[in-house]
Amino acid sequence: LSAGQPSRKRSHSSGGGSTLLGYIGIDTIIEQMRKKTMKTGFDFNIMVVGPSGLGKSTLVNTLFKSQVSRKSAGWSRDEKIPKTVEIKSVSHVIEEGGVKMKLTVVDTPGFGDQINNDNCWEPISKYINEQFEKFLKEEVNITRKKRIPDTRVHCCVYFIPPTGHSLRQLDVEFMKRLSHSVNIIPVIAKSDTMTVEERQEFKQRVRKELEMNGIEFYPQKEFDDDIEDKSDNDKIREMMPFAVVGSDKEYQVNGKRVLGRKTPWGIIEVENPNHCEFAQLRDFLIRSHLQDLKEVTHNIHYETYRAKRLNDNGGLHPITSNDTQESNL
Amino acid sequence: MDAIMLQEKLVERLLCPRVRTARQKEKQYVGFATLPNQVHRKSVKKGFDFTLMVAGESGMGKSTLVNSLFLTDLYKDRKLLNAEERINQTVEIIKHTVDIEEKGVKLKLTIVDTPGFGDAVNNNECWKPITDYIDQQFEQYFRDESGLNRKNIQDNRVHCCLYFIPPFGHGLRPVDVEFMKALHEKVNIIPLIAKADCLTPNEIKKLKDRIREEIDKFGIKVYQFPECDSDEDEEFKQLDKELKECTPFAVIGSNTVVEARGQRVRGRLYPWGIVEVENQSHCDFVKLRNMLIRSHMHDLKDVTCDVHYENYRAQCIQEMTSKLAQDNRMESPIPILPLSTPDADTEKLIKMKDEELKRMQEMLNKMQQQMHDKDQ
Repeated sequence: LSAGQPSRKRSHSSGGGSTLLGYIGIDTIIEQMRKKTMKTGFDFNIMVVGPSGLGKSTLVNTLFKSQVSRKSAGWSRDEKIPKTVEIKSVSHVIEEGGVKMKLTVVDTPGFGDQINNDNCWEPISKYINEQFEKFLKEEVNITRKKRIPDTRVHCCVYFIPPTGHSLRQLDVEFMKRLSHSVNIIPVIAKSDTMTVEERQEFKQRVRKELEMNGIEFYPQKEFDDDIEDKSDNDKIREMMPFAVVGSDKEYQVNGKRVLGRKTPWGIIEVENPNHCEFAQLRDFLIRSHLQDLKEVTHNIHYETYRAKRLNDNGGLHPITSNDTQESNL
Repeated sequence: MDAIMLQEKLVERLLCPRVRTARQKEKQYVGFATLPNQVHRKSVKKGFDFTLMVAGESGMGKSTLVNSLFLTDLYKDRKLLNAEERINQTVEIIKHTVDIEEKGVKLKLTIVDTPGFGDAVNNNECWKPITDYIDQQFEQYFRDESGLNRKNIQDNRVHCCLYFIPPFGHGLRPVDVEFMKALHEKVNIIPLIAKADCLTPNEIKKLKDRIREEIDKFGIKVYQFPECDSDEDEEFKQLDKELKECTPFAVIGSNTVVEARGQRVRGRLYPWGIVEVENQSHCDFVKLRNMLIRSHMHDLKDVTCDVHYENYRAQCIQEMTSKLAQDNRMESPIPILPLSTPDADTEKLIKMKDEELKRMQEMLNKMQQQMHDKDQ
């Protein structure tokens, strides 16, 4: 080959890489990974937190376009609001394009519903740590399972009531305490109660308050890998918290069937970016950062928990359950 | 015809019996049917006062609604607090007073605001400052009423409390129930569904049904519209029925004017449409305003005076008498508040008024006699 002539040999590389003398096929590894992932499927655990009636279940159902979360009708006549926050988790397997996902939605009924909500975040914090502990126990086993079942909470969507003023004390307390153990994604619920200007002002105020209180929501600035990540994530951080509207009903608008809410003064289209930011939330959460959420949970939150456990006890307690042997850490 | 002119015409007819009409022959007209007009004239001169309390969490649109109802801007220089600043805040009571005049009628409107209510993490008894305030006003009125110079008693009693229920929930929350139960025997409570433009008509209906059910279930006594008189016309009765079935009112407030259907109206502009505050198919704002101001303002005051205040007074007296009995003093059915002895000036005034009343009575008797004689 003379220097000036382009290679005549068949090359599968895309620009650059013209130094290859032949095609090796390294890039097919992506295809292999994809195939494997499709076969094994993957887990995703999402937690929703917020006072009753903010549309948490509706939003999750809208996000994943299936009835994965049972809508509550509020506390019925004979039901009493639980004295402490309950943790209810429900799993479904959903499939799209050959890819299987085991989606677990963790609901937290009772959060913020009482008159006295002191420490209502404790059961949630406990649950998150318990999942870390479960994973840790599996990891330190001598004979480990091939694929450790992952019940760790990958993402916690926190629903901010659209008061239009600012964050409430409860919001600040919760997010402050939990932003170090889980990825928190704050959203403004039922945002169809605010006009566009009100929404912008509210978001600005909320962002300022989050900053003032040192609350790092996902995507956290400190975990940006490189410049590209940072610039992508900066754009997203500017838009957060996303102001969303959820719906599982369809209406006819301009000849198309869209998800929306029908009011006497117009139809609010859930997926219309001029109406609300649901589409941006969905793209962010599912289409671009789903895997990253899992990675940050595993590499950072879980590792923090693990390090703390190892330091605190000067090593892990030996595992005493019947089907595993003692760890020799 | 103007009420005053009518009255004067009638008096003329009474005193000049020669000008008799056929109608007068039929009716033995005395003339006190003009009394409502006289009351009207005196009241217009004196002016009215009304104290309205608004309660509910921050961000329910209370201030906007008040401004919309009374077409004022009471909260111009308000500074919104952020979460940090609100940490140590207890529930405050803030009064705004504004004088409104319309067609010669003066209204001194006092709005009692309750910032901080329900905003903390722990809201136990957050309604206590509010119940204390209401009791204080009753107590002050009680003292003034039992005092001697009752000419210029200031009535600061709370005539009505608008309670804002968030539209986001599924019905009443524990804090809503506890608040209303603590206050339903002290003040007229009108529950409202706030920010109703985030609900579809179906959702509003479900929520209203749910709230009405829960109000029944928990035995909360909200303000009841008085029954229609049987001699009112059908249209009025129908309107009244619709009003009662519409509670709790689902309201929206706005101070901005938007262009809708070719008109300038008060409303909220969304990307998907315009919500008009005064459009009855959009929300119940008009119903609330009509009820609060145009038809039931007086009844609200009456119920406050006749029911809530009297309850307080009776309770107060009972406590006082039982205390007296405990102190082994003579039990008296009438409360003996420390009254100061009347001074000479006041005594003279009282005598003068007595004499004036006597004179007026004599004049009335003379007129009646005259008429009676003429008709003989």
